[in-house]
Amino acid sequence: MRNAGTMIGIEGFSCNRNGKAVLRDISLTIGEGKYVSLVGPNGSGKTTLLKCLVRILKGSAGSIRIAGRRIEDFNQRELARFIAYVPQADGYVSSFTVEEFLLMARYPYLSPFAAARRSDVEAVRLAMETTGTGHLADRALTDMSGGERQKVFIAAALAQETKVMLLDEPTTFLDPKQEADIRFLLGRINRERGVTIVSVTHDLNAAALAGGRIAALKEGALVFSGPPREFMSQEVLKSVYGTEFCFTAHPVTGERLVVPRVAP
Amino acid sequence: MTGNRDRRKIWLVVLFAAAILVLAGAPLIGMRSVPLEALFRFAAGGIDADIVWKIRLPRVLVAFLAGAALALSGLAFQTLFRSPLAEPFTLGVASGASLGAVLYLRLGLAFSLAGLSGVSLFAFGGAILSILLVYGLARLAKGFAMGTMLLSGVAISFFFSSLILFMQYMSDFARSAHMMRWLMGGLEVGGFESVFNMAPFVIVGSVVMLLLTHELNLLAVDEELAISRGVDAVKIRKVLFLCSSAMVGCVVALCGPIGFVGIMVPHMCRLLIGADHRYLTPAALLFGGSFLVLCDTVARTIIAPAEIPVGIITALLGGPFFVWLLLGHPLPGKRGER
Repeated sequence: MRNAGTMIGIEGFSCNRNGKAVLRDISLTIGEGKYVSLVGPNGSGKTTLLKCLVRILKGSAGSIRIAGRRIEDFNQRELARFIAYVPQADGYVSSFTVEEFLLMARYPYLSPFAAARRSDVEAVRLAMETTGTGHLADRALTDMSGGERQKVFIAAALAQETKVMLLDEPTTFLDPKQEADIRFLLGRINRERGVTIVSVTHDLNAAALAGGRIAALKEGALVFSGPPREFMSQEVLKSVYGTEFCFTAHPVTGERLVVPRVAP
Repeated sequence: MTGNRDRRKIWLVVLFAAAILVLAGAPLIGMRSVPLEALFRFAAGGIDADIVWKIRLPRVLVAFLAGAALALSGLAFQTLFRSPLAEPFTLGVASGASLGAVLYLRLGLAFSLAGLSGVSLFAFGGAILSILLVYGLARLAKGFAMGTMLLSGVAISFFFSSLILFMQYMSDFARSAHMMRWLMGGLEVGGFESVFNMAPFVIVGSVVMLLLTHELNLLAVDEELAISRGVDAVKIRKVLFLCSSAMVGCVVALCGPIGFVGIMVPHMCRLLIGADHRYLTPAALLFGGSFLVLCDTVARTIIAPAEIPVGIITALLGGPFFVWLLLGHPLPGKRGER
């Protein structure tokens, strides 16, 4: 089931915003069921790339194919049955309850006249169970911690029942325990459900430990794509971030980890 | 949760019952009290029957349609602009219509067409003009970005308001008073022609909004999130803008710029029912309609035989009621945010 084929095929893709090139000539292939950590300096176009993949933004050149089909050939609902997008969950001030919010994620399957069907309710229940958010069902989105809200947003993406999940810095504002929870959850979703995951992160060590591939953007261009052990080299890291790093080994697994070298 | 759901359904039933009650009761109330049995004495050519069926009933229906249209488009704009201060007149529809009406009165024209008074036709023309201008500006500025639409609406409102003031200033006292009266809004719009003129716009607009409740919910959370969930945001936004603007344009053309209903009724409904548009939309329709009928009944009876412009009553009655609601139920889910 894994490695079955190409899920996302990006070729020569560019995106301009306000006359400025935000993404330049990006070519990247992501196989079905893969886990890709998308890294790069602030403003390098990571979020823009995610938004282009769900057509919140449109490209100016090149092509994106989802499961072999050109992204322009999907209508928005069809696309939403393939790809779910998890934005940064802070800053949402909506008074919907978690259950309402998760049911809204079933939109691509709803018809305007019908109420939620059993399959919708079941998808929502399963998503809450997987993410451990069942106890939050009646709480308002505004009335919970950042970690809980992030889990709810991931639950919504799960309820959307897609083959791909795109996440924008899902752990940035969380404490270490919640961060570990989310990491574990994403790993499970990837392994057990075969969902292709593209996750934007600034945490290089987390990206290395996530087990998948790392893709790095710099000034809108793709400058690296490959396994973590190739990424974790002075040469590559310096080319991406323009600063030097020190290396160490994970105390348990021995994997290579980094800390930026602070100037004396 | 179940309690919450039941509560919303109960409120919808209450609002529905209230709407029926108001629609049935308001025609019976007025300067001349009408005995119930007189209602069906057509054969005798009873004046009581005529007052109720030919004068009060169409007025009550117009009030209901206008109130429902204002509340629904206020709800749509508040959701689309994600601003609690948005209202049906945010995009300059009211000032456009007012400009048309004031121009008509300034020119001293007097004509009517197909049962529509000249002032209504001019006002509708003004409303259409402002909608086209806002659309044109938004299109020029590449796309229908919310901020652009909002600002072009505000700019057009100010521009038109200046023109209105200029024309008032250049008019004699009688005309100026006439203009002022129109700008206060009123529902003394005549017989069933007005109902028939207004009903198609309001019915189509209401049906469209009732069909788009899922989309409104998602757009209320976040536009980008809505797109990622499969909402064709650009199309939905255009449809909602067009429907709301047409509804409001038609209401303003016939009744003048009646304030308060469009901005406050959606908030009142939110306080009663919560954020879910599947309940909120029908609630706004029922509440807005009933509320304006009530206000109009007060407006035409309280100092009878004279009338108070209904726009004065809406804010006078609605303001304290809204404060009472606000004190009783803090906005759900906004604790700590404000």
